[in-house]
Amino acid sequence: MDFLNAIVALANFVIVPGMAYGAQLALGALGVTLIYGILRFSNFAHGDTMAMGTMFVILITWGFQSAGISFGPLPTALLALPFGIALTGLLLIGTDKMVYQFYRQRKVKPVVMVMVSLGVMFIMNGLTRFIIGPGDQRFADGERFIISAREFKAMTGLKEGLAIKTSQGLTVVTAVIVVAVLFWFLNRTRTGKSMRAYSDNEDLALLSGINPERVVLYTWLIVAALATVAGTLYGLDKSFKPFTYFQLLLPIFAAAIVGGLGNPLGAIAGGFVIAFSEVTVTYAFKKVANYVLPDALAPDGLAQLMSTDYKFAVSFSILIIVLLFKPTGLFKGKSV
Amino acid sequence: MTRRDALLFVFVGLLILVTGFAQSWNSALYILNMGLISAILALGVNLQWGLAGLFNVGIMGFVALGGLAAVITSMPANAEEWSAGGFQVLAGLLLGAGTIIAAIMAYQRLPKGRTRGLTMVAILIGGFFLFRYVFDAGVEAVEAVNPASTGYLGGLGLPVLVAWPVGGLFAAGAAWIIGKTALGLRSDYLAIATLGIAEIIISVMKNEEWLSRGVKNVVGLPRPTGVPYEIDLQNSASFVEKAAGFGLDASTASTLYVKLGYSLLFTVVLVVLLWLAQKALNSPWGRMMRAIRDNEVAAEAMGKDVTARHLQIFILGSAICGIAGAMMTTLDGQLTPTSYQPLRYTFLIWVMVIVGGSGNNFGSVLGGFLIWFLWVQVEPMGLALMGLITSGMSDGYWLKDHLIESAAHMRLLTMGVVLLLVLRFSPRGLIPER
Repeated sequence: MDFLNAIVALANFVIVPGMAYGAQLALGALGVTLIYGILRFSNFAHGDTMAMGTMFVILITWGFQSAGISFGPLPTALLALPFGIALTGLLLIGTDKMVYQFYRQRKVKPVVMVMVSLGVMFIMNGLTRFIIGPGDQRFADGERFIISAREFKAMTGLKEGLAIKTSQGLTVVTAVIVVAVLFWFLNRTRTGKSMRAYSDNEDLALLSGINPERVVLYTWLIVAALATVAGTLYGLDKSFKPFTYFQLLLPIFAAAIVGGLGNPLGAIAGGFVIAFSEVTVTYAFKKVANYVLPDALAPDGLAQLMSTDYKFAVSFSILIIVLLFKPTGLFKGKSV
Repeated sequence: MTRRDALLFVFVGLLILVTGFAQSWNSALYILNMGLISAILALGVNLQWGLAGLFNVGIMGFVALGGLAAVITSMPANAEEWSAGGFQVLAGLLLGAGTIIAAIMAYQRLPKGRTRGLTMVAILIGGFFLFRYVFDAGVEAVEAVNPASTGYLGGLGLPVLVAWPVGGLFAAGAAWIIGKTALGLRSDYLAIATLGIAEIIISVMKNEEWLSRGVKNVVGLPRPTGVPYEIDLQNSASFVEKAAGFGLDASTASTLYVKLGYSLLFTVVLVVLLWLAQKALNSPWGRMMRAIRDNEVAAEAMGKDVTARHLQIFILGSAICGIAGAMMTTLDGQLTPTSYQPLRYTFLIWVMVIVGGSGNNFGSVLGGFLIWFLWVQVEPMGLALMGLITSGMSDGYWLKDHLIESAAHMRLLTMGVVLLLVLRFSPRGLIPER
C-alpha cells in the first residue's frame, strides 16, 4: 500500500505536471526549431510571440465570456484559440514583410537576423504590456479538475490523492493533436515536403522550383499556430504574465538545442527532457521517500535536490552537458 | 574622430543640458551618471561584438556580479555570522568545487569507456550529497543570526573603490567558465549560454541569503572616498554659505554636489577605459581581432588561435561590464537583486552598441549616452503624447485611463523601433567603424 501511495504521490507532483509542462515546452521548441531550420536564425522574439498570441486569445476569451458564450466544461479559451492563431499569423507575416524579408533578401549573417529579432522582441514585449498590462491575467474557466485529489482518494481508498487539472489533460491532448497534424503536414503534403527540402538544402530546393517566399509564409503561419497554442496552454495551466513568457525563452531554447536545432522530433524530446529534469530536481522527495524507505532511513529534510528558484539552472546545466558531449543535440540537428 | 562625430557628442551634451534647464539639474546629473556607466557597459560589449563578433546576451549577469563584488568588498564583516557557520559554508563551497574538479580530472585521466562514466557519476553524486550536508548546516546557522538586519557573512570592509576592479575580476572569472564551455561552438550557442548564465547568477543572488541577503537587499554601502554624505554637507556652515552664493538651498546643493562627485569619478574610469580600448583597437592585437572577426578560416590559416583569442576578448569585455556593475551598485548605495531585468541590463546595452556604431569605441560611448537619455525621457514624453491623444476623451472613459496607465510601457516599444530603424537604414550605426 505504501508503495502505491508513493507512486501516486510521485505521479501527482512530478509526472502529471511534468507531462503538461513538457508538452508546453515541446510546442514552444517546435516553433523555435522550425524557424531555425527554415529561416536559419535563433528567434529571440519567440517568447514574446507566445505572449502576444496568448494575449489575443485572452482578449477574445473575455469577449466571449461577456457575450455569454461558453464551451461547457472546457475552457472558453479553446473557442478563442483559432481566432488568436489567425491574428498571430497576420502579425507574424506582417513582421516578416516589414522586417525580416529585407535581411533575408540581402542574405545577411544569421547573427544579424538574431539582432533583428531582438528588436522585434522589444516591440512585441512593449505592445503586450501596452495592451494588456504587465500584471497577472487569469482567463481559465470551465471545470477545474478532470479528477480531484478528494475524488481519487474516495475512489481508491489510498492516503495520497491524484489530481489532474483540466488544463493539464487538455495540454497533453492538444499537444498530441497539434504534433500529429504537424508531422502529417511536413511528411505528407506537398507544401510540407517543400519546406523540408528547403530546410535541408536551400540551393537545391530553389533549383527544383520551390518558391522560397511561399515556404517562409507557411513557416510563419505554422509558427504562429504553435506559439499561440503553446502560450495559451501554458497560460491556462499556470497564469499569463508577459515577463514569465519572456523567461520561457531559456527552457524553450534549451529544449530545442538539446533535441538538436532544426529537428522537430528532437524539439519534442528536448521539451520533455527539460521539463522532467526541472520538475524532478526541484521536487521535495520527502513524501515519496517516507513511503518507500523504512522509518530509520526516512529523510529529515525535504529531500529536495535544489530549491525551485533554480529551475533555470537545471535547464541550463542540461543544455551545457549536451553541448559539451553531443554538440548537435540528442537527435541530429543542423549547424549553420 | 571627425567633425560630425564631435557634433554628435555636442548634441548629446546639449540634450543633457536642456534637461537640466527644463526639468531639474538633479535629473540631468542622474542621466549623466547613469549615462557614464552605460557608456562603459557599451564599451565592454563593443569589445566583444565590434572587435570579435561575439554575441553576448548575458550582460546582466556580469553587471550583477559587479554589484555583488561591491557588497563583498566594502561591507564590514559580520563576526557573529562568521563564527556561527561562515567557515562551514566556505568548507562546503570548497567541497563542491573539489567535486567538480575531481570529476573533470577523472574525465581527463581515465581511459574512455564505461568505467570513466560510472566513476564520474559516482564522484558527482557523492560529492553533491557531501556538499549539501556540510553547506546546508552552515547556511542555516549563518542565516539564523540577526535575520532582520544582517544574517549574511558581510564583506571585507575595504574601501568601495577597491570593489570596482574586484567586480571586473568576478565577471572575468564567470566569463572564463562560460567561454571555456561555449566558445568554439556555434555563435548562437554562446548567446543561449550567456542568456542562461545571467539568469542563474541572478537566481543565486536572489536565493543565497548568506552571501548578500538575497531579496532582503543589502543597503547602506559605504561611499567612495571623496564623495561626502548629504547630511554632513548640510551641517557644514561653509558649504551652506557657498551654496547660498550660487543661490541654492543647502539640501539641493548637497545632492548636486554628491552627484557631481560621482560624475567625476565615473568620468575618470570612462576616460581610462576608452583610452585603453582605443589603444587595443589600433594595436596589432586589435587588427588581429578584426581579422579573425572578418574571416575566421583565413585567420586560422595564418596561425592565429581563434578560440584562445575569442576567450581572451570575451573575458576582457565581460570584466569591463563587471566594473560598470560595481560602479552602478556604488552609485545606488544598495544591492537589489530583483532590480536586475534582462531587458534593461542586457538588451538595452545592445541597443546602445548597435545605435552608436559597433566596432567604434566612440560610437559605443555616444550610443550609451544617447540611448540612456532616451530610456529616461521616453516615459514623460510618452505620457505627454498620451495626454495629447486622449485630450478629446472625457475623464473616466476606459480607453483614456488605459492609455495613460500604459504610457510607461512606451519605453520598450521605442527601443525596439529605434533598434530596427538603425539596423535597417544605418546598420553601421551613428559613428561607423573606420
